[in-house]
Amino acid sequence: MASKIIVKNLKKAFGPLEVIKDMSLEVEDREVVVVIGPSGSGKSTFLRCLNRLESIDGGTVIIDGFDLTDKSVDINKVRRNIGMVFQHFNLFPHKTALGNVMLAPITLGILSKTQATERGLEMLRKVGLSDKANVYPAQLSGGQKQRVAIARSLALNPDVMLFDEPTSALDPEMVSEVLAVMKELANGGMTMVVVTHEMGFAREVGDRVIFMDGGYIVEEGSPEELIRNPKEPRTIDFLRKVL
Amino acid sequence: MKALNLFTQHLPTFLKALAITTYVTVISLIFATLIGIVFGLFKISKKKPLVLAANFYLSIIRGTPLLVQTLFIYFGLPMALGFRWPWATFYWRSQPILAAIVIMSLNAGAYMTELVRGGIESVDPGQMEAARSLGMSYGQAMVQVVMPQALRTMLPSIVNQFIVTLKDTSLLSMIGLRELVQNAKIIVANNMEALTMYAIVGLFYWVIVTLLSSAASNLERRTTYGK
Ligand SMILES: Nc1ncnc2c1ncn2[C@@H]1O[C@H](COP(=O)(O)OP(=O)(O)OP(=O)(O)O)[C@@H](O)[C@H]1O
Ligand SMILES: [Mg+2]
Repeated sequence: MASKIIVKNLKKAFGPLEVIKDMSLEVEDREVVVVIGPSGSGKSTFLRCLNRLESIDGGTVIIDGFDLTDKSVDINKVRRNIGMVFQHFNLFPHKTALGNVMLAPITLGILSKTQATERGLEMLRKVGLSDKANVYPAQLSGGQKQRVAIARSLALNPDVMLFDEPTSALDPEMVSEVLAVMKELANGGMTMVVVTHEMGFAREVGDRVIFMDGGYIVEEGSPEELIRNPKEPRTIDFLRKVL
Repeated sequence: MKALNLFTQHLPTFLKALAITTYVTVISLIFATLIGIVFGLFKISKKKPLVLAANFYLSIIRGTPLLVQTLFIYFGLPMALGFRWPWATFYWRSQPILAAIVIMSLNAGAYMTELVRGGIESVDPGQMEAARSLGMSYGQAMVQVVMPQALRTMLPSIVNQFIVTLKDTSLLSMIGLRELVQNAKIIVANNMEALTMYAIVGLFYWVIVTLLSSAASNLERRTTYGK
């Protein structure tokens, strides 16, 4: 089975600041990889390189066989296959929940308006928000917003989903509803890369955890071994702080 | 009441002049908005020549008085390029409407450019990122996601620009457009009632501007979607 995501010797700098110095990682089909690391260690930057929201300075990123560093690859086509969920939801405030979910399939000419409505309603049902179809984001709770954001990504039927701290901006009582949706996605066979500090989720849903610091992957392993028995001092130090 | 008599006597020509003023303002503002969107996008683009073109345009318009722009476009350009501004264009007979619209559009376009740029920059960059991550192109994301939000926040400022342009059309009396001021000038030349006539002109502007200002502050209050 070929890997869904192949990252080789990735480098990324912002001016003089080398955020990612050398990272390599392969993610298998249906695998859930959880990324942890201290604030500012480049977790978001790493994730954003995977759909080229950040330009890639060195190395290669291959998703589904498409080399993102190859200039002839149509990045817009590749991105349809990679859903991304942001810490602050980034819902479109001028569209209803359903409008948010329908916008990309219609704009990209993938679905007709009728088909997109049907698909949009189906995706909202999947995240448990059928009753909020005609509500604007301003009237949704944080957890509901994030579930709409997930539905919006799912509308394009992606093979890979990237999550950047999807629950960190939520009130504690809303975290579980979002994690439940993510867990269901993982059980359904979605390939996922998740940046999160939710160690419970990492243990329960993750197949692998990687710990990032200083521009490198410092340590990786199964959730059990990495969280219970970290070997590197920096990992031990970090886990002591978050657990 | 002499003033009232003068007012009713000249009301028909003033209403026509008001129509011309409003017409030039509305049409010019539409073009200015289009100019503003194009140059506003130039200004935020990463392509140097586009940014330079936008900056050149802005600095010319904002660095010179509207009166000089009016004289240059109406009298200067035809001499240089060997043409005459038509006096029977659009809807109005025997009025330099086309020149008037060109002058006001180019002028207001520069100010609209800054409004558009500010409007786009006021939209959370996360909106563009979310749209791009869904596979939309830069242009699609602009049209579908960023611009609708930018235009909405710009709406009160657009109304303010409308007020400015409306008042600025008074300068077009310089080229003989029979808007409110020119209409008064023509009447004053006959009846010497400068005080009353210009007071009437002022009243017309004041009423419209006051109405528009309250519309603008109303718009400012309604800024959240779905509320
Ligand atoms: N667009 C940018 N321009 C300049 N510097 C940036 C940019 N984006 C991120 N950085 C810097 O790169 C470093 C890594 O940022 P990144 O957001 O990837 O960290 P992170 O691990 O996601 O942190 P957090 O846990 O706080 O989200 C930080 O020092 C940040 O200030
Ligand atoms: Mg981050």
